[in-house]
Amino acid sequence: MPNVTNIANPAATGLGPVMGIESSCDETAVAVLDAGGRVMAENVLSQLDDHAKFGGVVPEIAARAHLAALPDLVRLTLSQAGIGVQDLRAVAASTGPGLIGGVIVGACFGKGFAIAAGKEFVAVNHLEAHALTARLPGLMAGPVEFPYLALLISGGHCQCVAVEAVGRYRKLGGTIDDSVGEAFDKVGKLLGLGWPGGPAIEKIAREGNAAAFALPRPLRGRAGCDFSWSGLKTAVAQLVAKYPAGALPRPLVADIAASFQQAVVEVMEDRVDHALAMYPRAKLLVVGGGVAANLAIRDGLERVVAQHGARFVAPPVRLCTDNAVMVAWAALERLAIGVYDGLEAAPRPRWPLEELRF
Amino acid sequence: MLRERVVNRHPLRHNRIMISREIHLPDQAATEELARRLGDLSRPGDAILLSGDLGAGKSTLARALLRHLANDPNLEVPSPTFSLVQSYATRRGTAHHFDLWRLGDSAELAELGWDEAMRDLILVEWPEKMGPERLRELTDAGALAIFLTSPGDDTRTAHLTGWPDRLESMP
Repeated sequence: MPNVTNIANPAATGLGPVMGIESSCDETAVAVLDAGGRVMAENVLSQLDDHAKFGGVVPEIAARAHLAALPDLVRLTLSQAGIGVQDLRAVAASTGPGLIGGVIVGACFGKGFAIAAGKEFVAVNHLEAHALTARLPGLMAGPVEFPYLALLISGGHCQCVAVEAVGRYRKLGGTIDDSVGEAFDKVGKLLGLGWPGGPAIEKIAREGNAAAFALPRPLRGRAGCDFSWSGLKTAVAQLVAKYPAGALPRPLVADIAASFQQAVVEVMEDRVDHALAMYPRAKLLVVGGGVAANLAIRDGLERVVAQHGARFVAPPVRLCTDNAVMVAWAALERLAIGVYDGLEAAPRPRWPLEELRF
Repeated sequence: MLRERVVNRHPLRHNRIMISREIHLPDQAATEELARRLGDLSRPGDAILLSGDLGAGKSTLARALLRHLANDPNLEVPSPTFSLVQSYATRRGTAHHFDLWRLGDSAELAELGWDEAMRDLILVEWPEKMGPERLRELTDAGALAIFLTSPGDDTRTAHLTGWPDRLESMP
């Protein structure tokens, strides 16, 4: 097989907009950022009013659904940005970690597009993209400098990461079983709230009493900043099993949801308290991932961070959940340091932050 | 009577299952010990199906089995609910840990590398999501089906179906 990295690329040195592609999980997303990191256009398929014309389905697990949607979504995003293919400096795609089918589709689409257009390709690590989102220009009042602590909490991830520089990450702790988003989804299912469970639990928890049920706080007070959510989920399952089968009354669902969320918040506070103590150089906590949209968790984290005299950064929800702005931004950060994986990078379902180059 | 109730709730009941063994598990340590014994009896190409409600202990059993076969008691075995499948190097060759909870359609199995994985040892949580036909193919081909039930406390009962010869040798 020829070494594709050596293909002469006249556009590689020019400054220009970067297009990002995200398809590593359930969302198909495309964004274009200018050379300075300003968002020129962004789209997340599931949030378009009329996504039916983009292949007919919102992708879930089906990689072919990502594939069906990407060409039109790219066309739409470029036209909204007011640029043509030739104006791009580079194309970037989430190349892992994630669901292998979706990662292959996004990475291969991005590579093919880059080769055809004679542009640079940047293989972006999805977790790195979440971790660097806080540095997106204009997001925070002031510049977000290294080092900082990143808390990545989503359906697939739950970890505290020391962010030393672009590409230099140290996992301080992570989940030993389920992710926190998974706990929300499964408890949502147990309570008959549908899927995904996170937003539904947060909503109904406002009607409930957070002290109604004594649920476990797994690993709270334990050394380090690992997480464990499986036991909390099981405790909710055992609680629900005590009631007659069938739909639970709404006030009971609200009390269980509130008690569960309270347990999550208290564990999060404790674990992040430990993480900040383990990494005192960090004067900033950045959250990313879909669970970072939960306001009760945000409030709890803000309290802990304040006790450490640090700053708390929670990007807007659209940039916490999976999106392509973060992919394009991570590519710009990578292009700026000149160290990145290109066309040679294989899609990776598992790609720990510690294995990144810098 | 109890046995009948379990059979009526069993996810594989449409496959005319016959529970061949019931094992009472007083605590999590007992679940993990069962996992290690089943791991010792496993072979490359086996399918181990794990059914039971949320919190019944499917992941606990799978985690203990994989750690045992990988000779690493601290092996990171994250829940595969999000990624649908995680693969591990073990002394039985590659082992694949599937969780089909999020599977929308059995046709999506192909995208997870299912056909290739079948040559290796596979552990499958929520196997009923693959549909009765594919499930029957697996059980007909000699899969071990484990159905975990709980009365709502920390005790569990494992209802094992399959592996008649091998389970006989298990104390």
